[in-house]
Amino acid sequence: MSDEGKQGQPYEMIVEAGKVREFARAAKSRNPAYFVPAESHPVSPVTFLASSAFWSTPESSPSRGGPPPNWERILHGEQEFVFPNGPPHAGDVLTATTRIGKEYEKEGKRGGTMKFSELITEFRDRDGNLVAESKSTAIETGKATTE
Amino acid sequence: MSPQSATKTPAVGDEREPFVDQPLTITDFVRYQGASGDMNPIHHDTGFAQKAGYPTPFAVGMLQASVLGTYVTDWLGPENIRRFRVQFREQAWPGDVLTYTGVVTDVRTEGDETLVDVELACTRQTGGVHLKGWATFSV
Repeated sequence: MSDEGKQGQPYEMIVEAGKVREFARAAKSRNPAYFVPAESHPVSPVTFLASSAFWSTPESSPSRGGPPPNWERILHGEQEFVFPNGPPHAGDVLTATTRIGKEYEKEGKRGGTMKFSELITEFRDRDGNLVAESKSTAIETGKATTE
Repeated sequence: MSPQSATKTPAVGDEREPFVDQPLTITDFVRYQGASGDMNPIHHDTGFAQKAGYPTPFAVGMLQASVLGTYVTDWLGPENIRRFRVQFREQAWPGDVLTYTGVVTDVRTEGDETLVDVELACTRQTGGVHLKGWATFSV
């Protein structure tokens, strides 16, 4: 049975200047845009919303109550971020809601049967406007892939 | 990578100078994992990785995706990006020397906006493709 559309509880995410700086460093960027003082509200790097993991809770996962993920077999297949007006800035307070997108299977050449599942997270501002959408596609493989 | 900002509207075929990174280290993975909160041990715990059938920990795809993201936004502007998509192809490993590249594939007008599409890649020293990426900017 498909869980498509199943949704977790909304959670708050505050975009923080120190976190923006840490993330930009991890991404090996020296663009000064990320390193301005907090009161200047630095823009966040394009993949920054991956750090929403620090704000989400077990209840905000749409697959809560299901079997725990098998970390030995899960690969990240694809990731997308869409920003209608550009990425969020430090100081922004966002409300994030994650839902299950499409789920499907494919026969892989090197990893056995591959199960694909999409997780879609919408980030909205206090007025409910869409700030960003993240789509993550996970692949669960039948065996290790060591190419 | 040195910061760069677009001074004129990009044209189809414009390429950014490739960025050849230092060899990947597990420290790079740990720094990204700490920043992002994705603590999957397969990227830093050798015993865990080997038990799962891998010779060593392998790279966190989202780290290279993040480097690719800042590589292209350092070019066309971190405020200007509207869409960024990456596909994770073959795995990358500690010691890999990765090259990041980007080329403008389309420039179009939608309403009062000029949109620029860029095709991106992160390639291993073997020639194998680690990431394919696509970005759209409003300039």
